[in-house]
Amino acid sequence: MCLGIPGEVIEILADRPDLARVDVSGVKRAINIGLLSEETVEPGDWVLIHVGFALSKIDEAEAKAAMEFLESIGKAYDDEIAALRESEIL
Amino acid sequence: MTGISAPSDREQQVLDRIERVRKRRAKVKEERITLSHGSGGKATHTLIEAVFLEAFRNPLLEPLEDAATFTVDGGRMALTTDSYVVSPIFFPGGNIGDLAVNGTVNDLAVSGARPLYLTAGFILEEGFPVADLLRIVESMRDAATAADVSIVTGDTKVVQRGKADGCYINTAGVGVIEYPGRLGVATVRPGDVVLVSGPIGDHGITVMLARGELDIEADLESDTAPVHELVATLLAATPGVRAMRDATRGGVATILNEVAQAADVAVVVDEDAVPVGKEVRGASELLGIDPLYVACEGRIVAIVDGAEAETALAAMRGHPLGASAAIIGRVKADPPGLVLLNTVFGGTRICDLLVGDPLPRIC
Amino acid sequence: MRYVDEFRDADTARALSAKIAGLCEPGREYKFMEVCGGHTHTIYKHGLEDYLPENITLVHGPGCPVCVIPMGRIDDSIHIARQPDVLMTSFGDMMRVPGSGGNFFDSNAEGTNIRMVYSPLDSLKIARQNPDKHVVFMAIGFETTAPSTAMTVLRAAKEGIENFSIFCNHITIIPAIKAILDSPDLRLDGFIGPGHVSTVIGCRPYEFIAGEYGKPIVVAGFEPLDILQSIYMLMLQLRDGRSEVENQYSRVVPWEGNLTALRVIAETMELRPYFEWRGLGFISHSALRVRPEYERFDAELKFDVPGVRVADPKACQCGEVLKGVLKPWECKVFGTACTPETPIGTCMVSPEGACAAYYNFGRFTRTRVREASLATVDELAGSARRVPS
Repeated sequence: MCLGIPGEVIEILADRPDLARVDVSGVKRAINIGLLSEETVEPGDWVLIHVGFALSKIDEAEAKAAMEFLESIGKAYDDEIAALRESEIL
Repeated sequence: MTGISAPSDREQQVLDRIERVRKRRAKVKEERITLSHGSGGKATHTLIEAVFLEAFRNPLLEPLEDAATFTVDGGRMALTTDSYVVSPIFFPGGNIGDLAVNGTVNDLAVSGARPLYLTAGFILEEGFPVADLLRIVESMRDAATAADVSIVTGDTKVVQRGKADGCYINTAGVGVIEYPGRLGVATVRPGDVVLVSGPIGDHGITVMLARGELDIEADLESDTAPVHELVATLLAATPGVRAMRDATRGGVATILNEVAQAADVAVVVDEDAVPVGKEVRGASELLGIDPLYVACEGRIVAIVDGAEAETALAAMRGHPLGASAAIIGRVKADPPGLVLLNTVFGGTRICDLLVGDPLPRIC
Repeated sequence: MRYVDEFRDADTARALSAKIAGLCEPGREYKFMEVCGGHTHTIYKHGLEDYLPENITLVHGPGCPVCVIPMGRIDDSIHIARQPDVLMTSFGDMMRVPGSGGNFFDSNAEGTNIRMVYSPLDSLKIARQNPDKHVVFMAIGFETTAPSTAMTVLRAAKEGIENFSIFCNHITIIPAIKAILDSPDLRLDGFIGPGHVSTVIGCRPYEFIAGEYGKPIVVAGFEPLDILQSIYMLMLQLRDGRSEVENQYSRVVPWEGNLTALRVIAETMELRPYFEWRGLGFISHSALRVRPEYERFDAELKFDVPGVRVADPKACQCGEVLKGVLKPWECKVFGTACTPETPIGTCMVSPEGACAAYYNFGRFTRTRVREASLATVDELAGSARRVPS
């Protein structure tokens, strides 16, 4: 129920526009993108794959924001640790 | 300390009770054989101990290593057998014939033996194409040549259409042990390191995809190969090799569990250090399978004296089949009988034997 | 792997862990429930609890659609599989779930043909390739998986395939969460919300949790950093005295959900008046069945399943474990009569179940496990590897 993996759309099948070939770390499979009929899906898009269907298109802007938040936390932590170390040296 | 609290007395009692139950004599509870009994995991081990070992018990069988070793007329020899029932019979990187030769050669090699002679027994299904049989047999011939062994005797049976899935092969192999040192899990001790000779899971994933039901394409091949030269190189480079195992069904995790239980030690694996090919990773994530439990056919796991770790690694890497060899873990005294995994994420978990085959999941 | 590896970074985990610890009030205990079995799997697979301070406990909820299938439904599936010319197809998760007479593997040993598939579409393909067989798909899962089953039924209808049907065991998540919330013996501070269910139903359905019940809920992704970040967001809500629905998994989950998916579910399925959940009892309007318009694809009708209700063994205390009232090791049969090889109840059946997860991980005291592994890490890495403290 929960196993969903991000994959990159490589091509939409010409004779079956509800199917797309996706790439997951070099492994390829045709999946059904019929659940994303309200959006445009193009090669280069990333989708969430579950039991052979794309459930959602990955929002690159949100993904970027998520990563930036996590990185900022990481950086703030590193800064604090660095500051802590420096204060110990003095 | 985060996330850790000493267990209460009650909790400790329950944990102790579980340990006692697990140490009890193996018993097969099922009335009929199921596929799980053939997967190399807990069900297989229980079957072997409760049925085969019980009935045949003798000192040569009890170690349950990849081959039996014994002395004849002043020389030490190794004897092993394996049956091959893979489906599909032909897959990227090889076929059942390659497995039949390499698998048995490898079981002899990891026992420290120079493989000499193989038997080959065929069970063929009525209707099986002779052309396919020729392909298989030619592969076996080539594999035998590559492994410096001869197939010296064999047998053929034909069964009715519907049985034997095309072709089943059994091979037995005998070799002479020239390595003077003692090899076997009994010699494994805390401080030893665990090495693997290359990326794991290639064979199992290749075959799973080759069945065609999953509709997944990947640029993957089985890793089937004879490892006798790799082993010889390793043994020549260092006297510190404790034990080696051929990583076949059940994968690396199963072997490490066998070692941990047989030697009553803990094996701690660093997930980051385990080599996994890109496509094996992709397919495994997609299907929800852990590559640590997926079969290889040309990889060895070697337990080596900690002081000899780098020497052993360099030796393996010097051989083409060991180019991506890696140190993946270490043996410790505690907690005995368990395999622990330090996850990529920085946490720890126990890596237990599976009950049966790793199954694709959706959850 | 993109969108996966970035969310498994250990250094960021340490940072988040420190922040979470910093938000803990001394002496206060926090209990969060992760509803979804997939989250339980991530937590154990990555050893995530090692990053949480002692006073935060994660309670494993009933969001495992495999675990909550009553034994009677497994028996029904096997009954269908035993019918002449039936080829049953199922996800791998279901193959080892025991019914009253054994699991699907056992059933195959006795002669049925139950095959594993990755997708319901594969099942349809098998139906096309085997016109002399009737192919049944055992449909399980929450709203995450229901749309895929629905699309498959629609496809079968479009192609006029006549040798295909589904045995529908889809369940819905909200009634389960409500049952947990209404449970008198449970004290939870918040929920880690099911990420993939939410791609279909969106985040709105959880508003009653924050509004009526005053519990924060953060919809979380499935990588370990997603879960850690979600816990951080829950702690912030508690600190601020807020109770809101937040979406940590915004890169995948749209607030409004997937309208196409909801539409195809509605077209092919309808809510059952009630359905039995193993360990939780009967819950009303919590499961789906095939609509009358598509009844030709309903295996339940075609094969006249016995529908016998099989009670859980008396010794089974899964209900209390599922609700987080009992810890796994507090169950009387844990580890003896009930083990992963011989599971009695739902919590042991699936590797995500709370008891199976604890059995596989917590069997040896976590202190000893952690000490053993830390020492190795230092030796292997050869450098100080920081540990959250």
